[in-house]
Amino acid sequence: MSVGITSEGLTEDGSYNLRLYVAGQTPKSLLAIANLKKLCEEHLAGRYHIEVVDLLVTPQLAAGDQIVALPTLIRTLPPPLKRVIGDLSDTEKVLVGLDIRRRDLN
Amino acid sequence: MDVQHDEVGIEQGVALPKTPTGIDGLDALTFGGLPTGRPTLMCGSAGCGKTLFGMTFLVNGARRFGEPGVFMSFEERARDLSVNVASLGYDVDALVAAGKLVVDHVHIERAEIEHSGEYDLEGLFVRLNHAIDSVGAKRVVLDTIEALFAGLEDTAILRAELRRLFAWLKDKGVTAIITGERGEGQLTRYGIEEYVSDCVLLLDNRVIDQVTTRRLRVVKYRGSAHGTNEYPFLIDGEGISVLPITSAGLAHPVSHEAVSTGVPGLDAMLGIKGFFRGSSILLSGLAGTGKSTFGAAFVDAACRRGERCLFFAFEESPGQIVRNMDSVGIKLRTHLDSGLLQFEAARPSLYGFEMHLARMNRDIERFKPSVVVVDPISAFRGPSMEIHATLIRLADILKSQGITTMFTSLSTANDQMSEGERSVSSLMDTWISLSDMEANGERNRVLYLLKSRGMNHSKQLREYRLTDHGVEMIDAYVGPHGVLTGTARVVQEARERDADLARQQAVERRRRELARKRAAIEREVAEKMSLLEAEEQEIATMLEQDEAREQSITDDRVRMARLRGDST
Repeated sequence: MSVGITSEGLTEDGSYNLRLYVAGQTPKSLLAIANLKKLCEEHLAGRYHIEVVDLLVTPQLAAGDQIVALPTLIRTLPPPLKRVIGDLSDTEKVLVGLDIRRRDLN
Repeated sequence: MDVQHDEVGIEQGVALPKTPTGIDGLDALTFGGLPTGRPTLMCGSAGCGKTLFGMTFLVNGARRFGEPGVFMSFEERARDLSVNVASLGYDVDALVAAGKLVVDHVHIERAEIEHSGEYDLEGLFVRLNHAIDSVGAKRVVLDTIEALFAGLEDTAILRAELRRLFAWLKDKGVTAIITGERGEGQLTRYGIEEYVSDCVLLLDNRVIDQVTTRRLRVVKYRGSAHGTNEYPFLIDGEGISVLPITSAGLAHPVSHEAVSTGVPGLDAMLGIKGFFRGSSILLSGLAGTGKSTFGAAFVDAACRRGERCLFFAFEESPGQIVRNMDSVGIKLRTHLDSGLLQFEAARPSLYGFEMHLARMNRDIERFKPSVVVVDPISAFRGPSMEIHATLIRLADILKSQGITTMFTSLSTANDQMSEGERSVSSLMDTWISLSDMEANGERNRVLYLLKSRGMNHSKQLREYRLTDHGVEMIDAYVGPHGVLTGTARVVQEARERDADLARQQAVERRRRELARKRAAIEREVAEKMSLLEAEEQEIATMLEQDEAREQSITDDRVRMARLRGDST
């Protein structure tokens, strides 16, 4: 895994791979997507990659990432895996959950 | 049972559709199974067997009823789960591979999750929906959904979502079991019984006197009659079985057929030359009076008639019984080999009474014997009420199936009934008491019939011996001081034999004397006769001489006259 990370050079430049699970175009889903985009632009401009997974389209993916609550945001890279659930309206908690806040403090 | 089931159906008009669990006994006491298309809550504390119940429901559904299932585990991982239930003989992996079962492990680690804003459990719905649709599942088990409360904050959202989930399951039309951990003062720790209220089962695992008994109770069953008692259930290598309801009515089938006791002398003591088929027989006796031997003789006779026999042994191992019975000429080995005889041995302390009962019931259902021996019931120790309840139910089960049963019971000295005896004596149709009679420095075994319902029977005390060709009854010897047994009987017999001999000799002697007398008299008579004859001969000779002389005189006279006449 770590080999893959360095070869793609995602962690070296501190970029984030984020996957957001939603189910359909519900207000909650849309809100979460909007919140995530805004947050990334503000704190991770240029070094993030967002993948939105709609479980209504690909339900088989839910089990693999142990999705129970929706929306769920997963930081797949850099490791370790981090997850935040909810519509991401509390920006502070998202930043702590994704380990962005602490990194900024460093 | 069937009758009751019909009654329920009539009362309801249209009977609630039910989904059989395939668990012996549970389907009987719920009159068909769990409510089809509705969720059922199964709660109980840790170690009650909730997971195994759930898995059994699914495995039976897939195997026997053609209904695929989904097992959503919130606690055990799929791998652990399939290993754990393998002990019940369930091959989960094979069912999964065959597309008849989906096992999904839902893992939530609170420490890994950050909450930010509102969420719902749509992810769970999606997973469940996907799992159900992928195999066309009709049955779902959620084990234990309350784990969500530990993994997620905001119980308000959780509760709302769970309510939605159960409604959704209903809409989906799947028959679901939702397990829940037993809580303080309520059925489940988080009170989810509020949302799942169509059918609630309560599992319990109680330890009394260091013995554990698992019990099941149907707390509620909306729209259906159900058994209301606590029923023991059993989990072992053969799966789960619940003990069915005891028949409340005394409506056992009655037979007039006689079944041999296996001991000819004992048959003769019973008015109908044996026990009634389907009756219960209590054989009580002191240690070493041959209770097991009588049991074995009974079994031997039944097997020889080609009937199936089940021998519950609580004190000896089957091998030991077979060996010991060999010594009295009862060859059980051949019956074991022919499959007519089966032993079920267990230490009484292994389970609680209820568990034993459940186990025995299951064995009886499986083996379908016509003769059962329980050796001995006195092995059960515990509160008399429980023993009583257990034995009544056992006797009821056996009677309702027309099985002739012999219960043996070890009695203590001084003719005091043991707890077991006292509690079952009134249930028994025939009661044979074996005891020891001590006299002249030895013990001898005697038998008598305390009672035997529905037949005239011998009221005598009879001595018996355990010989190398089985139990042998000996004719009663009633002396001036009661029944004589053992050497006393032998002595008495010898004494009478001597008296007989003496009498015979006396007769003989008198006969000889008479003969001698007759000979003497006859000899005397003969002697006198010969004397008489000699005298007669003498007289005859004398008479002849006299006649001769007279003749000569006459002749002379004639001659003389002639001479004279010539001259004249």
